[in-house]
Amino acid sequence: MHYLRLFLTYLKIGVLAELEYRANFWIQLVQTAMELALALGGLAVVFRHTGDLGGWRQEELLALLGVYFVIGGLIRTMVRPSMQKFMEDIRKGTLDFTLTKPADAQLLVSIQRFELWKITDVGVGAALLAIALGRLSGSVGPLQAAMFGLTLLSGGLIVYSVWLILATFSFWFVKVENILVIFMTMYEAARWPVTIYPPWLRWLLTFLIPVAFATTVPAEAVTGRLNAATLALSGGMALALLVASRLFWLYGLRFYSGASA
Amino acid sequence: MIALGRIRHFLEIYRGFFRTSLAVQFQYRVAMLIWLLGGIMEPLVYLVVWTTVARQQGGAVGGFTLQEFAGYYIGAMLVNHAVFTWIMWEYDYRIRTGEFSATLLRPIHPIHKDIAENLAYKVLTLAVMLPAALLLAWIFQPRWAPQSWALALFPVTLVLAFFTRFFLDWSLAMAAFWTTRINAINQAYFVVLIFFAGRVAPLDLFPEAVQRLAMVLPFRWMLAFPVELILGRLTLREALLGVAAQLIWIGVGLALSQTVYRAGIRRYAAFGA
Repeated sequence: MHYLRLFLTYLKIGVLAELEYRANFWIQLVQTAMELALALGGLAVVFRHTGDLGGWRQEELLALLGVYFVIGGLIRTMVRPSMQKFMEDIRKGTLDFTLTKPADAQLLVSIQRFELWKITDVGVGAALLAIALGRLSGSVGPLQAAMFGLTLLSGGLIVYSVWLILATFSFWFVKVENILVIFMTMYEAARWPVTIYPPWLRWLLTFLIPVAFATTVPAEAVTGRLNAATLALSGGMALALLVASRLFWLYGLRFYSGASA
Repeated sequence: MIALGRIRHFLEIYRGFFRTSLAVQFQYRVAMLIWLLGGIMEPLVYLVVWTTVARQQGGAVGGFTLQEFAGYYIGAMLVNHAVFTWIMWEYDYRIRTGEFSATLLRPIHPIHKDIAENLAYKVLTLAVMLPAALLLAWIFQPRWAPQSWALALFPVTLVLAFFTRFFLDWSLAMAAFWTTRINAINQAYFVVLIFFAGRVAPLDLFPEAVQRLAMVLPFRWMLAFPVELILGRLTLREALLGVAAQLIWIGVGLALSQTVYRAGIRRYAAFGA
């Protein structure tokens, strides 16, 4: 529980720092609204011409969008800022300050930054989910809710591991400052259910940059189309990627030469 | 005689800027490839979405068959590659770090170097963009049936589309002289652009009112117009009206960019003192 306290401490520092800039909240709200407008506009023009998209009804796609915003918000508040600072630290050699602290460096690197106002995305996503589930005429039982929670958790862990792996590459490729952009670009494709994509693209989005587990799989859980195989795959991928990212991190650390040497 | 000399003078300058930009950008080629990925993913995703819809509706939607959607989106991918800019993200950085002061010392308008840098990026990344387009064409089997005059007119509309977009985007970049909130401003611009330029869906698929609005906004003329032209979906009259619209918006963009630039420079100089 020492690590939980550490996490809460960094969280508090981040929140206190951002609370000073309350204008940023309104600006962020506007930006979230615009991204929402883009997503909803896309859905609107599609559903002007069809009743369902590859078997997904409008409310179900709304739920998918909700998950997309929730995970996207969590990425932008916690994962991305920390990973960006981590990559910057490698470039400037200031990772030393993190490595010399008496706690696990991977944990510290992952929780060091928290951009509070990006939480509007999470709020909007939750609202979208609520609206979508309301329209789906209450077909969400306790089992489905549990599966939704599980897939959301494993999806989140998969996303975190992929970000860590991408960021760890900067131990070698210091000049590729936008390597994190790869994820957000592929994540754009996760706004639509992965099942409509041709097999090769589906494979890419499931096994190479596994955004499918971040949005489509939890959405499948909450709309009642999740099967046991996918659930198992999601859990398995989460476990495998957590281990792989940890090993890769430890390996990459050996190549780090700090500014102090 | 003097005019010819001036043109040659500018060509020399552009060649210099172009070659330096090529050399600088080549060092960041991996980063450039990552940016390119975004340019490929967006049309690809919408292409899959719309071909899914078309397949469900019996093979066609809103006057587009599966192959015509493929032609539209692969065309849009290439045209967007030719006309897009990122200049509005750059100026905030340049002004904040004072890098812009060095640019101001040069006896030439900063827009020229920006154009050269833009073109250098596109020339470099064409090496990846073209094979990607060919690969997508092989997978999705696009259909395009341009008339012979459309084929001849297309390069003209492409160049005009580039300048339509560039001058307006450059004017937007000038906002950095007044505010640091450029992220929100740029995002607002892009959300509007993505819809009205026909990147979310071909403009024919939108309601009548939206299509009429798209006619008076500049965005259609930056992307959807050249794409529809090369697909053979326009009549000669529509094509000529489109070229006229492009020329009008280039005029507006030029005037706007100059006005905003001069106002911005005055403000910038005020801080320097």
